[in-house]
Amino acid sequence: MEFFHSTPRFRFMAMRRLCYLISIIVIVGSMVAEGYHGLNLAVDFTGGVVIEAGFSGTADLDRTRAALKTAGYPEVAVQNFGSSKDVLVRLPPLGEKQSANDVTQKIETALRAVDPSVQIRRTEVVGPQVGKELVVKGLEAMAITVLLILVYIAFRFRWKFGVGAVLATLHDPFVVIGVFALTGMTFDLAVLAAVLAVIGYSINETVVVFDRVRELFPTMRKAEPIEVFDRAINETLSRTVITKLATLIVVVALYLFGGEALRGFGLALIVGILAVTYSSMYIASGVALDLGSSHRDLMPSERNAPVDDLP
Amino acid sequence: MNRYPLWKSLLFAGVMLLALLLALPNVFGSAPALQLSRKDGELFAPATSVQQFTDLLAREQVKADASFVENGRVVLRFGDVPTQLKARDLIESSSPGAYAIATTFASRAPAWARAVGLKPMSLGLDLRGGIYLVYEVDVDGAVKQTLQRLERDYRLALREKRIQYESVEGGNGTVIVTLKDAAHLDEARAALTAVDANVTLSTTTADGAAELRASLSDVQVKERQNFAIQQNITALGNRVNLLGVSEASVQRQGSNRIAVQLPGVQDASEVIRLLGKTATLEFRLVDQGNNPIDAQQSGHAPLGTKLYKERNGRPVLLKRDVIVTGEQLTNATSTFQQGEPAVSVNLDAHGGDEMLRTTRENLGKPMAVVFIERERQLREQDGQKVAVDVNREEVISVATIRGVFSNQFQITGLTSREGQELAKLLRAGALAAPVYIVEQRLIGPSLGQDNIDKGVSALVIGSIALFVFMTLYYSAFGVVANFVLICNVVLLTACLSLFGAALTLPGIAGIMLTVGMAVDANILIYERIREEVRNGNSPHAAIKAGFEKAFSAIADANVTTLIAGVVLFLFGTGPIKGFAVVLSVGILTTLFTALMGSRTIIGLIWGRRSAIKRLPV
Repeated sequence: MEFFHSTPRFRFMAMRRLCYLISIIVIVGSMVAEGYHGLNLAVDFTGGVVIEAGFSGTADLDRTRAALKTAGYPEVAVQNFGSSKDVLVRLPPLGEKQSANDVTQKIETALRAVDPSVQIRRTEVVGPQVGKELVVKGLEAMAITVLLILVYIAFRFRWKFGVGAVLATLHDPFVVIGVFALTGMTFDLAVLAAVLAVIGYSINETVVVFDRVRELFPTMRKAEPIEVFDRAINETLSRTVITKLATLIVVVALYLFGGEALRGFGLALIVGILAVTYSSMYIASGVALDLGSSHRDLMPSERNAPVDDLP
Repeated sequence: MNRYPLWKSLLFAGVMLLALLLALPNVFGSAPALQLSRKDGELFAPATSVQQFTDLLAREQVKADASFVENGRVVLRFGDVPTQLKARDLIESSSPGAYAIATTFASRAPAWARAVGLKPMSLGLDLRGGIYLVYEVDVDGAVKQTLQRLERDYRLALREKRIQYESVEGGNGTVIVTLKDAAHLDEARAALTAVDANVTLSTTTADGAAELRASLSDVQVKERQNFAIQQNITALGNRVNLLGVSEASVQRQGSNRIAVQLPGVQDASEVIRLLGKTATLEFRLVDQGNNPIDAQQSGHAPLGTKLYKERNGRPVLLKRDVIVTGEQLTNATSTFQQGEPAVSVNLDAHGGDEMLRTTRENLGKPMAVVFIERERQLREQDGQKVAVDVNREEVISVATIRGVFSNQFQITGLTSREGQELAKLLRAGALAAPVYIVEQRLIGPSLGQDNIDKGVSALVIGSIALFVFMTLYYSAFGVVANFVLICNVVLLTACLSLFGAALTLPGIAGIMLTVGMAVDANILIYERIREEVRNGNSPHAAIKAGFEKAFSAIADANVTTLIAGVVLFLFGTGPIKGFAVVLSVGILTTLFTALMGSRTIIGLIWGRRSAIKRLPV
C-alpha cells in the first residue's frame, strides 16, 4: 500500500502567512477560553480533597450532596466519574486546623449513610502549597525544556531554525490547553506530562523536516529558499502522514480503552499530535524561512558547518 | 550483497537474549503471599529460617507454593487469598507478636529466576492500591527550637558565672542578651562563647547597658534543617519497618519533604497514627547493687530502680534518676575513633553540665540509654473512647563511663553496624522537628486492578491495530517493523525490571507512547528506501542508503524528545517521574532496536540474495 506514489508538489510555504494568522487566532482564542472558562485544574494543582466512590447502583447525586451538606461540607462538588455508579467528591483545600484524616473519614461516613455498600476507591488530600509548587515546577520544566531544545537545534542546525522550532513548540501546548479549557475536562498531572511529551514530540516533527532542508540546500543551489522548504516538506509528507496515523492509532486506543484515569492523557496527546503536524509544517518552517534562512546558513563548506551525515 | 556486519548482528541478538531473560519474570504474574519480618529488628537467616514456618503450616494442611528468605524477611507464597489469610492466622497464633506479618504479592517466577536475581517490575501504588503520604518537616520550627535551647543555655551560663542580665530574649532568628552593666561585657561574651563557639556574637552598647546579639550562621541553619529532615526520615523509616509492609519506601522529596509509600496498605488512619509516634531518650545509670534476673522473676524492682529490657531481651536494672533526656541531645553520628567504630554524641549546655556532674562521680560505672516511643492509642473506657499515651521502652546501649566528660562524648565497643544503628536511634530520640502531612493519597485495591486491566487492554488493542496497519502498508517490511517493535517492548521491560522501577499507570502510558513513536524510526527508514527505489536505485543500494540517510533525522528527533524526558524526570515527582523514566529509557531502546534491530533482520532476510527484483516495502 502507498498513499503517495510520487513526491507531491504542494506549495505549503505560500500559505504560511495565512497560517500565522490562524495560529495567532488559535492562541488568543485559547487564552480567552482559559480566562473565560478557566482550566478545570485537578487537586494535584489546586490542593484540596478528592474522594472517588463506587456505589452499588446508580448514584443519587442530590442525596449525596444533601448528606455531605449535613455532614458539614456545603462547599463540596459531587459529580459522576466514568459511569453512573461512580462518584467523585471534591472539596477545596483544608484549613490549617483541619486534619486530612478526619475530613476523609467524615465524608466516608456520610457516603455510607447514602449507600451502606459504597466502596471508597480512592482518596486524595493535597495541601494548597504542594499544588502551587507543582504549577511553578511545571512551568519551570516547560521553560527549561524549550530552552535546552533551542540550544540543541541551534547547535545542530542554525539559530533561525531554533527560533522556528521553539515558536512551533510553544504553539502546540496552547492548543492542547485551549481544548481542555473549552471542554472543561480535568487538567491533572497526567495531562501535564502529556503536554510536556507533546513539546518533545513537536520538536521531533520539526527536526525531521529541518533535517531534509539541511540535506536539500546543497543539492538545490539554484533554487530559492522557499522552494527548498516546500520540497523538504513534500518529500517528508508521506512519512509525516504515516507516522501520525500510526501514533494516533495507539493514542486513540489509550483514550478509548485506558479508563477514566488515562482519558485526559489520551485526549491531550490526540490534540497535541494534530497540532504538532500542523505547526511543524507551517510554523517552524515558515518562521525559519522568514528569518532569512538561505544556502549560506547550511552550506557544508562553511567553517562552522554542523556535523550531520553521521554513519 | 548487502549484509550487516556480523558483530553488530550478534550484538543485537545477544542483547535481545539477555533482555528476554530479564523480562521473563514479568510473564509469570504474582500470587498472594505473606512477608514476615522479626519485630526485634534482626534479620532472618537465609535457608534455615523457612523450615519452621513450612512445618507449622504443613501440620495444618496449609500448603505454601514457595517459601524463601529475601532481604532478611521470610516470604511465603500461596495459591489464593483464603489460604494466605489462614496461614497468617496460624503463624500469628503460634507466636503472637514475634513477627510483623504483611499480606502482599509475590512473583510466581520459578526459583532459579529468583536465585540469579531476576525480578519482575514492581507495581506502583496506583496499580496495586496503597497509601502515599507526604510529610513536610517544619524546618523553621527546628531552627526556632535551636534558638530556644540557646536562650535557655545562655541564661544558665550567665547565672553560673554570676553575670547580671536585664533580659535574654529570642526571636527573629536571634537571641538578644541585655546586660545590666556594660562592664561585664567581655566576661559575658566569654561565657556565651563557651556555650556554643559557632554562634556569631555582635555587641552594641548604649547608656551604660550592653547588648549581645547572637545569631546562627547560614551554615548552622542549614545543618539544623538537614538534621531535622534526616531525623524525621530515620524516625519514619523505623516505624515503617515495624509495619512490616513489603516494598514500603521512605524518601526525601525536595528540600523539606518526606514521601512515604505503603503499597497494599488500606487503613490510612491507623497508619497515620502509627507513623505519628514520637520518640525520646533517657540516659540513666545502671544499678549494679541488685540482680536484674531476680527482679524480673519477682516482678518487683528494688527501691530507686526500674526494670528494663535490652534489645536482646536481657533484663537490666537502671537507677530512677534521669541524667539527660533526648531533648538535650543535639547530634549523634557514627564515626571511627582510633580505628574503632564509635558513636559521637553532642549535648546542649544544660545536658553537658548534668553529664559532667554524673561522670565525675561515677567513673568506671555503666550508663545506659533508654529509647522511649510514645504512641497515642484510642482505648475504650466505660464505653467512651479515650486517648492514652502508651510508651514502649527499651535499653539500646549500656556502656562504661571511661572518663569525665560533658557535652561531647563517644560510645565505643560496638560493631560498625551497631554503631550506625545506635546513632540512628539516638537521632530519632532527639527533640523532633515538627512534621505535618501535606499530601495523602489512598488507592483502593479494586481501582488498582481496574487500572491494570484497562491500561493493559488499551496497550494490547493499540498494539494490534498498529501491527495490522504496518503490515498492510509496508507488507513484509511492516512485519519486520512489528517484530522490532516487540523487541523494543521486551527490551524496555527488561531495563525497567533491571532498574527495579515500579510500573505505574503513567508508566503504561509511557510504554504506549514509546510504541507509537518507535514506529516513526522505522517509517523514516522505509520511506527513505521507497524514495531511493523510486529514484531508480537497486534494492540493495536502496536499503543501504535508506538506513544511512534516515539516521540523522532519527538521531536528532530522538535526542530532542530525550531532552524533554530528562527535564520531566528532574522536575517531576511521583507519577510524572515514572512516566519520564519510561519515556527516556523507551527512546534509547527505540534507537537501539530501530537502527540495529531492523538492519540485522533486513540484512538477514534480504542481504544474502544477490538479485532482488522488487523490495517488499
